[in-house]
Amino acid sequence: MPEDIPNSHRTGPDDQGRFGIFGGRFVSETLMPLILELEAEYERAKTDDSFWAEMADLWTHYVGRPSPLYHAERLTQHLGGAKVYMKRDELNHTGAHKINNVLGQIILARRMGKTRIIAETGAGQHGVATATVCAKFGLKCVVYMGAHDVERQAPNVFRMKLLGAEVVPVTSGRGTLKDAMNDALRDWVTNVRDTFYCIGTVAGPHPYPAMVRDFQSIIGKETREQMMAAEGRLPDTLVAAIGGGSNAMGLFHPFLDEPTVNIVGVEAGGKGVDDRMEHCASLTGGRPGVLHGNRTYLLQDDDGQILEGFSISAGLDYPGIGPEHAWLHETGRARYVAITDAEALEAFQLCCALEGIIPALEPSHALAQVMKMAPDLPADHLIVMNMCGRGDKDIFTVARALGVDIAG
Amino acid sequence: MSRIGTTFARLQAEGQKAFVAYIMAGDPDMETSLAVMRGLPGAGVDVIELGMPFTDPMADGPTIQYAGQRALAGGQTLERTLEMVRRFREGDTDTPIVLMGYYNPIYSRGVDRFLADAGAAGIDGLIVVDLPPEEDVELCLPARAVGIDFIRLATPTTDDRRLPAVVRNTSGFVYYVSITGITGAAAASAADVAPDVARIKAASGLPVVVGFGISTPQGATEIASVADGCVVGSAIVKLIAEGRPVPQVLEAVAALADGVHAAGARAPAG
Ligand SMILES: Cc1ncc(COP(=O)(O)O)c(C=O)c1O
Repeated sequence: MPEDIPNSHRTGPDDQGRFGIFGGRFVSETLMPLILELEAEYERAKTDDSFWAEMADLWTHYVGRPSPLYHAERLTQHLGGAKVYMKRDELNHTGAHKINNVLGQIILARRMGKTRIIAETGAGQHGVATATVCAKFGLKCVVYMGAHDVERQAPNVFRMKLLGAEVVPVTSGRGTLKDAMNDALRDWVTNVRDTFYCIGTVAGPHPYPAMVRDFQSIIGKETREQMMAAEGRLPDTLVAAIGGGSNAMGLFHPFLDEPTVNIVGVEAGGKGVDDRMEHCASLTGGRPGVLHGNRTYLLQDDDGQILEGFSISAGLDYPGIGPEHAWLHETGRARYVAITDAEALEAFQLCCALEGIIPALEPSHALAQVMKMAPDLPADHLIVMNMCGRGDKDIFTVARALGVDIAG
Repeated sequence: MSRIGTTFARLQAEGQKAFVAYIMAGDPDMETSLAVMRGLPGAGVDVIELGMPFTDPMADGPTIQYAGQRALAGGQTLERTLEMVRRFREGDTDTPIVLMGYYNPIYSRGVDRFLADAGAAGIDGLIVVDLPPEEDVELCLPARAVGIDFIRLATPTTDDRRLPAVVRNTSGFVYYVSITGITGAAAASAADVAPDVARIKAASGLPVVVGFGISTPQGATEIASVADGCVVGSAIVKLIAEGRPVPQVLEAVAALADGVHAAGARAPAG
């Protein structure tokens, strides 16, 4: 088993919740007992076949897994190099990878007897997934969303309301994902007895980064099997976009101990990674710090004050990154690059035109990276990019960026 | 003995309760908050809790969030907060000062450098909200090693199983957060708080002060009468937010101090 080999990249975190120096449990005392309780419950569930059987059943019948591994033929031809595959997690129920993780956490919450679920959301995809699963199980759902994101992701706000969730616009800070997470933590600290905090990415205090990764790893496990079936071998390169890093970690983790597999994470470069700090590339343009329960790379000033990121994509607009990515970056096992808004917009349009797939702005960043790499690689080089979300939610943002008025 | 130890020993001998007052450093600007700080001991404050502003104060309600934002907008930094303490110490060498805030600005400065600077500036203790005992190697143990107290928060979720770990490396006093919630929320009643205070005192052997949600002199009297003291924060910060002149702020602080000290007169420590 890969877990047993020396120098494995798949054994983390340690019992302090650390990946190297990253991760940990930097939360207030009020939350500490809850986090320990969650960890204990998750440890029990992890080795409980009935837990995974319930997950598998819902993945098949409710989410629509496995998602296809699709050979993007015209894109491959157009780029004239490596053979490009897309892992089609945008076909999941609710339109993104987020529901993989939400199902796991909500099943845990039910096992713990929690009746009220809170979540933070940026693009709204995690909020929609949480509202969806709460509706299915009859749980109360409160979603914190930055006021700025409420505005730029209006369709998802309406979806969440239709699904019975209460959406709380957050006005502190600049009203984006980081601020929504602060308010979700404030809610949790206040409503500790009945409330479960369903975090949407591989960040937060231990055990969230490991737990969310484990739930999202279904993406990489399926990819591995599907690629073996299609090509008889492992892929050569994996590419995924990174907000907090959950779709990326889900694709990467099952391949971390395969030395022939190149791994590339794509951060949001916004207007460009430079001193203006109008980007969300924590690894490329940040340094280690402590926020939201874990130590990781953060966008911050000289005084350790956290900076607001900037990206056209609400789902990538977060000044941190999951601690396991910070560790993979420092060990060199994965490479992290940044893609600008303009490059992502171009990839978005190309994908629509060549493949008949309207991608979300988040995976458009991954696709833009594929567009940069593929032409220089041989035709037998197999790339998998994670098409982790569909673009319906983004058409207003894209229209605005392209100068088109569709408000009607 | 440290200034914190000396102060609690003196209060205990006098049968008095401790009044801990919180203000945000640099709110709304450094000169105003330094003027308030200088006036606190004269208004009856026994321990000064000085907030270090942070962009993401996850345990604070709107009142202290906005105070931090005002301070940051006014150019406050950790360096300037240390500067404030140095200037305060020019005229007051007795009143204990506890810095309260979040870990990242300290981590960003470097723990060793921060502790050296904090000690030299005359800081006696630290309360760092996002450092539970599980992370003691980060700052708690290094602070204790250089003689700076690390004051832990205990909360209603800190059960008997967990309490020994929470108080193990704590020194100075223990800060009991009387509600599950953020600063500025509603207060707990004295009757609810009393058994927890007794439990924490027994486990720690340290004075226990109670905070979160105390906003009136009467409320301060009630809570202080079942503890070794109480903390008032948001109620003072609100007056600063309203732009009250410094003497008016200090007048209100004095009324709160009288409230706390009335508890001592009523119920001598035993
Ligand atoms: C489609 C999509 N992709 C990616 C992300 C970013 O999150 P993560 O990096 O955790 O996958 C989001 C977040 O909202 C999203 O909606």
